[in-house]
Parts: sequence; C-alpha cells; structure tokens
Amino acid sequence: MSLAQSGAEIVLRLDQITKRFGRLVANDAISLTLHRGEVLALLGENGAGKTTLMNILFGHYLADEGSVTAFGQPLPAGQPKAALAAGIGMVHQHFTLADQLTVLENITLGTESLWSLGRGRAAALAKVQGLSRDFGLAVDPLARIADLSVGERQRVEILKALYRDARILILDEPTAVLTPQEAEALFQTLRLATARGLSVIFISHKLHEVMGHSDTCVVLRHGRVVGQVATRDTDRRALAALMVGAEMTEATVAPGVPGPVRLSLTGVRAGPLRDLTLELRAGTITGLAGVSGNGQAALADLIGGALGPEAGEMRVDGAPVSRWTPRAALAAGVGRIPEDRHKTGTVADFTLAENAVLETYAQRFSKLGFIDWAAVRSHAMGLIAGYDVRCPGPEARIRLLSGGNMQKLILGRVMEETPGILIANQPVRGLDVGAIAYVHGRLVAARDAGAAVLLISEDLDEVMGLSDVIHVISEGRLSPAFARGALSQGELGLWMAGQGFEDAA
Amino acid sequence: MRLEPVANPTLLRQLGLPALALGATVLVAMALALLAGADPLAVLGQIVTGAVGSRFALLETLNRATPLIFTGLAVAVAFRARLWNIGAEAQLYAGAIIAVLLGTGALGAPFVLPVSAAVALLAGAMLLLVPVLLKVRLGVDEVVTTLLLNFIMALFVSYLLEGPLKDPMGMGWPKSAALIPEARLPRIIDGLRLHWGFGLALISAGIVWVIQSRTTLGFEMRAVGANIRAARFAGMPVNAVLVKTALLSGGLAALAGWSEVAGAKGHLSLDLSPGFGYTGIIVAMLALLHPLGVVVTALFVAGVFVGADAMSRAAGVPTYIADMLLAVALLFMVLAIALTKVRVVRG
Repeated sequence: MSLAQSGAEIVLRLDQITKRFGRLVANDAISLTLHRGEVLALLGENGAGKTTLMNILFGHYLADEGSVTAFGQPLPAGQPKAALAAGIGMVHQHFTLADQLTVLENITLGTESLWSLGRGRAAALAKVQGLSRDFGLAVDPLARIADLSVGERQRVEILKALYRDARILILDEPTAVLTPQEAEALFQTLRLATARGLSVIFISHKLHEVMGHSDTCVVLRHGRVVGQVATRDTDRRALAALMVGAEMTEATVAPGVPGPVRLSLTGVRAGPLRDLTLELRAGTITGLAGVSGNGQAALADLIGGALGPEAGEMRVDGAPVSRWTPRAALAAGVGRIPEDRHKTGTVADFTLAENAVLETYAQRFSKLGFIDWAAVRSHAMGLIAGYDVRCPGPEARIRLLSGGNMQKLILGRVMEETPGILIANQPVRGLDVGAIAYVHGRLVAARDAGAAVLLISEDLDEVMGLSDVIHVISEGRLSPAFARGALSQGELGLWMAGQGFEDAA
Repeated sequence: MRLEPVANPTLLRQLGLPALALGATVLVAMALALLAGADPLAVLGQIVTGAVGSRFALLETLNRATPLIFTGLAVAVAFRARLWNIGAEAQLYAGAIIAVLLGTGALGAPFVLPVSAAVALLAGAMLLLVPVLLKVRLGVDEVVTTLLLNFIMALFVSYLLEGPLKDPMGMGWPKSAALIPEARLPRIIDGLRLHWGFGLALISAGIVWVIQSRTTLGFEMRAVGANIRAARFAGMPVNAVLVKTALLSGGLAALAGWSEVAGAKGHLSLDLSPGFGYTGIIVAMLALLHPLGVVVTALFVAGVFVGADAMSRAAGVPTYIADMLLAVALLFMVLAIALTKVRVVRG
C-alpha cells in the first residue's frame, strides 16, 4: 500500500522552494510532501540540488522563495534550532562529532543547560541505551568517538537526532562511507524507525538502495523535480533515465577513423578502481558513462598522472610507464581537461596569461630560470584569439571570466600542445548551449587530428552523441567496450545501474 | 547585515580604504595620548620629528628599519607561498651567531665578510628547512614548529652567551666578544652612522622582487600559495617549491641578525632583537606581502618605534604607545584590505 495514497498524515511539506546562487538556480520551485512512516529517496546527480534543498529545510540556507511546513506548522526560515525543535534531525555526509568526547557526551552536547553539571547523566545514559536497543543502533555509549569505526560514528549521529526526539530523519548520502554490511544494518534501523512512526528522507544516487529501501522516489535534475513516483511503480532503468535526462539527441558526429592504441591499462588497480582494462585508440572518442561517484574521478586522475597505479600495467604508446606524475603525463602527451575548472584547472587570482602557461611554463617559456613574459603574453593572445575567449585581455584575472570562457582557455591550453591522449572530464558541466557546442566541436577536431580522446560524462546524451566507443563504469568496474549505437539508452542505463558486470566478469 | 563580494574594486576603493585606515590609526593614537594625559597634537608632532625631524633621527630610523626589511622580506616570501614561517626570530639569531663565530678572529680580511654572510644565510635556511621537511613529509603544522623554535633558539643563545661564546673581558655580562674590525660592515658614507646592512637590505628587496615576478621559481611560489591544488594538477613540484621557499625565507631572516651584529652592534647579546622577527610579520602584512612594499612599511614601522622613543622622553607618555599604534595600524589595514574585496550590505 502506498503511503501517499493511504491518507497517512503529512508530516512535512516543501512548497515551491527556489534558491539562487548568483545566476545559478540551485533549486527551482521544488515541492514535495513526506508522510508519516514513509521513506522518501531524493535522487539526482551531483549538482542537481539535493543537498541545497536539505540545507534549506534544516535552516542552514535561506530560500529565496517558497515555504516549509512541518507537522502542520510553518517552519521559520533560516533557523536550524527551529527545525530541531520541530522534530527534524539531520545526519550530514560529513559527521559533526567531537572526536575526544564519548558517545554519550556527543549525544547530549547542547541539550543540557549550562548549570546542570552532569546531574542528568544517568537519565541520559538510560535514554541512549533505550534508543540504542529499540532502533538496533549498537554502540557503546561510553566509548570515545576517536575509537569508533565510520559505521559506528554514523549510528551516533542518528542517536543524536533520536535523542532530540526527531520525528523526521534526513540522511545525506548515508551509505557513501559504509561497507555493504553496515549499509544493510542502517536500512534495518530505518525500517525500525518507520515502524515507530518516524519518517525518513535519504539522499542517494545509488539506484539499488533506492529501489530496495524507499517508498517514494523524488528525482531532481538541474534543480527541478523531474519525477516523483512510488518506488514499486518504477524500476532502475526508468530512474536512471530520469536522473541523466531522457531526451535523445541525434548523433550527428561522423565516426572517427581508429588508429593505433595510444594508452592501455591492463588489470590496473588504483584507489576505487578494480582490475581495470581499457584501451584508448588514436582517432577515437571513448565515452565513459556512469552515475557519478563510481570511479570516474579516480580514472581521470590515473591517466592524468595524479594517481599512480597500485597494480597492473599501464602503457603509453606501447611503452610501460614507471614513475607516473602529472609532469610525466604531460611529457607523455596527455592533455587534461579537469572536472573542476575553478579549483584544479586554474588559479583564480592569476591572470589569463599566467593560467595559459600553468602546465608549460617550465618547458616552453623559461630561459635560465627566468620566465619570458613577452612570449607568455603573445602565447596567451594567440589562445584568446584562436579559442574565442571573451575577456578584457591577457592581463585580466581569470576569476572574472564566465565558466564557458574559462573552459575555452583551458581547452586552448591543452589543445595547443596537440596531445596524443586527451582526457575530458565533464568538459561541458555548467556551460551554456553555445559553449557546449564549441567544446564538443573542438573535441571532435582533436580526434580527427589523431588524438585518443576519453570523454567522461554523467550526461548519457553527451556520451552517446560524441563517442565512437562507450564504456560504462560502476563501482570502480569497467564494462566491455560497446561500439557506438550497439546499445540503446535503456540498455546503457542497466549497465549504469550495475547490471551485467557479474556476467561479464 | 551581510557581506557581498566586490568583483572589480575601483582604484578609489583600493587606495582610499588603506588611507582611511591610516587616518583612523592616527585618531586612535591621539586618543591614547589623551588617555595618558598629554596633548595629542604635540605627541603626534613629537613622534614625527623624533622619526624624521633631524639627520640623527632619520639615520636612526634607517638603521632600525634594516633588520625589519630583512625579516619582513623573509615573512613576505614565505607567506606568499602560504608557508607560515613564524620563526624569523630564531633564524635571525642563527645569523647573529654565525657573525660572531666567524667574525671574532676565525677568519681574516678579505674573506670574513662575504664568507660569514654566506654561512649566515645558509644557517638560517637550514633552521627553516627542518620544519618544512616535517611539514612536507609528515604533515606537521609549521606554525607550531617554527614558533617553538624561537624559544629553543632564545635559550640556546642564552646558553652560548653564558658559556662558550661569553666574552672573557665582559665583566661577567652575558655578551659575546667584539667582532674584529675587518668583520664589521663599513658605513655607507663616512661620518654618517648608517652601515651597509641597509644597502644590502634594499638590494635584497630588489632581488626578491625579481625572483617573484620574473623567475620560474617565483611563478611556482605564487601558484603554490594561490592554489596548491591547481599547482599540483599542473605538474608543479610543489614540495620542492616549498623547500626552496623555506631556504630563501630562512636565509633572509638570518641576514637580519647577521647585519645587526656585523653592522650595528659589533657583538651578540641577549637583547640583540626586540622582536624583529615577530615585527617582520607586521611589516610583511602591511606591505601586502609585496617585497618592495616591505621596504616602505619597514621604514614606517621603524619610524613609529624611533619616533615614539623620542616622544616618550619629551612628553612622558610610555613608549608602549608604539606597540599599540602598530597593532592598531595592522588591524585597521587588515580590515581595509578585506573591505576592498567585499562590501557590507544591509538586510
């Protein structure tokens, strides 16, 4: 029986919540309702607006528009205390515990009056032990936080919320840090909680958890609710399609002409990546599809030199690599378009000219330890003209540029070195339509010039539209290579949801 | 009330706010003088004349500025790369010890000056190398290690002056023997009490400026300080850059102590530095870490100290007013700099 249809009491209602950060609309008129005893899963890619929404609900952010109603009472905006008093408890992704205090002290912290001097300690201990038993949250109340495992710490966070008589629990990506066994125990606890009339919202982008443990799914994309369905009426594939965008675009890019293998990984293990085998060929765009957080960042770091392989073999142009650093990768002809152009791609307080030579200053613009600024300047002017970077000039600080123009400068910086291997990690995230088309055009041009391109994207349309070969990554594993058009969007969605890997292995 | 970033501060904003900070500092100074029971305007006038009012006063200010330029540069270089060297005081004494070790007869002319300067530079560099290696290898916070080294060094100097380096002719005072004449820095102009340490400080500021703005190393130092993640991603040898920064910073701070012994004092005693290493932090921050700006702010800070000394003798206002003035100036300046980047909005 669906709770939404059963007439169960509505405990929480978000109405038309809108939040803007500058020009970015993080939440666009989001409405949702939570019923008594319901587990609601909030799904969406990174940047879809999930965490922003929960921070508004909990009072950390002020919404620009819209209202929150809890248990029939309007919740004053921007007051975490009011949210706590209304019975809303939040468990953050990053725990907020004092390491040097005991579990009990952490739980009671802030609930006692200043002058109680530990009078209520016995009562508090009894309450915590009772909660611990009732909700299956096994943890020693007198242990120090520093001595606990991650899973135990999360239980303390949940106990903290329950101790404050929370009736609504919000968990931000609760299983991101847990082992599968700990995750299973967590969901057991959530079932006990809902049986006692509590309501739960959990944020996730792991489809199997959502399918297995929620009553209702709300899918966010680009700050909007793109779907709200009863979990039993949907399946993984439909949810994956909602998350990444279901609208199909025509594949208008002509196929590439495959050349020799430029980079090969055989049985490589690194960070979260398991037994990875991958070939990148010249004249080919290899697309990497997958739900975010499944190892894409590690793979980009691995090929880009920021992460060394722990096991297995990595070859560039046939030669095995030994000491693999960013500088070694650059020297081997690897071009990198980083995922975060603000934090890793550029130095915000540097000029365009300085940013243009961040990777090449030592090799190309340095004479006897001195930088040839005239050459740097003319190089930057060349990039600005050649890659249509709209800016006041090479001496302007790059922080003044829009995301699209910043990305064009990075693109120019990379392309001017005519890389043999090019990793583009989320190259068009946050860009407008014109800049997207420009970046895509340049990637195809690089491929036609003979580069082996690895395109990492969470946008399935982008991967399917540009790639000659597609891999899917899920939980650090890589699917076999699929030729363009070999799989439908639905079939790719199944791989993204983690199906098929067992058979392939 | 909330803060809103200002994307493109106007020139008026960039210059007007620091000027306002300076004006506010003067007002606070006058209020302090009033509290001390003196005539505010007279006190202000006496500080100015005491600092620059006569040839003697001016030379005194330049002499006092010399170690501050060195320590200011040391701090500016390190802070620019976000290496928090709080230990300029210890590195200063390392340079001073070398000046005594090599300047009391161990070496003769013409080598003693260049050799002892070079060894002093090296000693300061080595002293900062240890905390930086601990930071780079083990993640130990350099603020703590460099700060604590100051106390270790102070006690070590005290030991040296009571023991091995104690002047046998010193009537029992804890001070070293005097440097031989060949080991002393000559005066810039005969008859004027200003030694070549000042000239060396100016040259050092110029060199640091060239390093930071023109060289590959300077580019790397600035990039590491501005965004270490992007620097690492771009393939910069971040750890090596931090180590080189430390060597330069420690060496500059050591020259402060070396030039005080070889130029100004001629011997080492426990009161060689009235906190030049710590004041260097103020000098560098007021200069916004710009090496040429350090020269200007070091002169300003030295002038306040020298002027306050003179004023204190004349007006009977405690000389501590100088410390308070500098603290107030720094606070206002930091606030002014913050306000060039954000504006306060009501609501």
